Amino acid sequence: MIEFRTVTKKFPDGTVAVDELSLVLPARQTTVLVGSSGSGKTTILRMINRMVEKTSGDIEIDGEDIHALNPVKLRRSIGYVMQNSGLLPHRKVIDNVTTVPVLNGVKKAEAREAALTLLDTVGLDRSLAERYPSQLSGGQQQRVGVARGLAADPNILLMDEPFGAVDPIVRSELQQELIRIQRDLGKTIVFVTHDIDEAFLLGDQVVLLEKGGRIAQQGTPAEILSKPASDFVATFIGADRGRRALRVEVVNGRNVVVDEDGRPTGVLQS
Amino acid sequence: MDLFLDGFAWIFDPAHLSGPGGIWARIAEQLSYTFGAVAIAAIIAIPLGLWIGHTGRGRDIAVLCSGGLRALPSLGLLIIFALGIGIGFKAPLLTFVILAIPSLLSGAYAGVEAVDKRTVDAARAQGMTEWQVLTKVELPLGLPLLIGGIRSGVLQVVATATLAYFASGGALGVFINDGLKTRDYAELIGASIVVTVLALVLEGIFALLQRLFVPRGVTAGQVTEVRSRSVRPRAVVGSPIQEGK
Amino acid sequence: MNWVINNLGLIWSLTLDHVALAVPPIILGFIISIPIGWVANRFHASRGVLLTISGLLYTVPSLPLFIALPAILGTGILDPINVVVGLTIYAVALMVRSVADALAAVDAGVRQAATAMGYSAWQRFWRVEFPLAGPVLLAGLRVVSVSTVSLVSIGSVIGVSSLGYLFLNGLQRNIIEEVASGIVATLLIAVVFDLLLVLAGRVLLPWAKADPTAKRAWRKTVETAIAGASAGGSVVDDPAVSDPSMAGR
Repeated sequence: MIEFRTVTKKFPDGTVAVDELSLVLPARQTTVLVGSSGSGKTTILRMINRMVEKTSGDIEIDGEDIHALNPVKLRRSIGYVMQNSGLLPHRKVIDNVTTVPVLNGVKKAEAREAALTLLDTVGLDRSLAERYPSQLSGGQQQRVGVARGLAADPNILLMDEPFGAVDPIVRSELQQELIRIQRDLGKTIVFVTHDIDEAFLLGDQVVLLEKGGRIAQQGTPAEILSKPASDFVATFIGADRGRRALRVEVVNGRNVVVDEDGRPTGVLQS
Repeated sequence: MDLFLDGFAWIFDPAHLSGPGGIWARIAEQLSYTFGAVAIAAIIAIPLGLWIGHTGRGRDIAVLCSGGLRALPSLGLLIIFALGIGIGFKAPLLTFVILAIPSLLSGAYAGVEAVDKRTVDAARAQGMTEWQVLTKVELPLGLPLLIGGIRSGVLQVVATATLAYFASGGALGVFINDGLKTRDYAELIGASIVVTVLALVLEGIFALLQRLFVPRGVTAGQVTEVRSRSVRPRAVVGSPIQEGK
Repeated sequence: MNWVINNLGLIWSLTLDHVALAVPPIILGFIISIPIGWVANRFHASRGVLLTISGLLYTVPSLPLFIALPAILGTGILDPINVVVGLTIYAVALMVRSVADALAAVDAGVRQAATAMGYSAWQRFWRVEFPLAGPVLLAGLRVVSVSTVSLVSIGSVIGVSSLGYLFLNGLQRNIIEEVASGIVATLLIAVVFDLLLVLAGRVLLPWAKADPTAKRAWRKTVETAIAGASAGGSVVDDPAVSDPSMAGR
């Protein structure tokens, strides 16, 4: 469990990115932070592994204050996946995956063995292990990024818009893959995105952020959809538009669900 | 440090300053070599460089030639010309032209190449002729680098022009030659100071010119990344030199 | 050709002298410029100052520098140390900018990923930033190498033995072959050094061949450096290279 208690982050230039945030991220679940740019979602994420230092407040992981820990050690215990994968271009795929275990002192051969299994887990062919990142496609690079994040078998996985830079088809594949991996591994995942569909798809809990890291609404996707807390939330999730505003029409004696424009999307099973 | 005082004393001795063969006259010779050689090199290299940059043709050869010319020891070149075409001002001038060409050539084509390809595409899409693309878009946007090439050529020649005395070509090296022959360290140091100051003054003037010739609008819009400390503020294409800020 | 054949021994021994004078400045210049370039890149305020100083140092013409160094160092005027120190100064002046640019060109995302994975600052520099800066550093080093090899001969004017001796002696005795052999030998040394550096790059930076970004950054730097590097000339300020976001295009 990760807990923020009245955490504020003020950058040297005076911007308050996060203002007195209090938030609980439950263990072994996926929490998605969603918001437009400037909502402080990445800042919140990066405060968890102290890539960004809070200005005030407390952040605890399983009841332990993270500011009592060495930041470098802390980061080695937390998986991190970012947009554009952030792979080290001068290391082969396999060496990228083993980076953190090797930093932690695991023997190289051992780490490599484990890494090959991880490649299977993220759906990558083992033959890609000896390639350099630049020789892979964007989607493959992103899978390596996920494998690297998982390599040290961390309890927590931070994902900063990891699928933001790949095309929609690949993104959808990667999302399904992540859902499957999470079903198997049950990590505490903190996922940042600006895409509300992605948030609803992946999140057990969704935290919708407004400017300055203020929580506009927090809850399961169903809770948010069924009861938007404000106009801002309603607009952001598009509650009144397209395939979020479904209604039922009776056709041939059956309940057919249609969207805003009257296009059928399915049939209600009673 | 006394030696440097002696050097300054030598420079400011009125007997050394004026008259034919005085410091001012030698400075004039040094500058004539410099600007003469760079002007001739410019006539040859700049059109060629612009053409290479615009068409993208022949750039590998240009890079290779530039590198090769760069490796030539200028002293050896000067002496071989002096032996070949005789002493006087021609051999040094020819040497210095060859010396200046790589800088000007690469300044010209690197300038044109550094222009954002999308900008060039957009210019073409609006119906500019190739000539207009070159003169109205690539040349003004590439100007800072082109001037950088000229600056580099000028400095190289002004420093090397000291060697002209090996071909009896005058310039400030004459004092160094005298000083070496007569073991007059004051003269040696004095002449060295003059050459160095001359180079630094030209460097200053060109640094200023380069800054002035950055097209307006290209300097604007510096973006500062606030998210993390490790990311440095990003400069924008064609932003002016950071030095001295 | 007769002169050359009769004097192969002399040419060879002068070539060795030349190499002996050229190698230390290249290596020392590289080592010294790493911490300076790191500071220039890490502390933004220092960048302008350090690069201006190195640019001005590079502007000092070589012959005056060789003459003035004994007065500053207290060495004898014929001491080869003067030439080595002078050329090291030029090498540092050229290389500091390369190091600063090379480090700045390391992708910010990669640097952040390295931090996020738990590299300490020291580990991150030596295992991530420094190797990734490799292609640009190598480009800078190639320019330093060519420039140093060609400048060594100036030392012969103040009596330090190198291939430059062939130029001066050839002038005095009016032997054109002697001067030509000196030029050719200098070019050969430059080419051999360059090939060795390229080879070192192939061995030490195998990934650079595969990485189009690194390739582009490399090419860009070589060309800019060519535009700027010169015996006593100045370094062109290429915003495209000093700008990390551009170098990663």
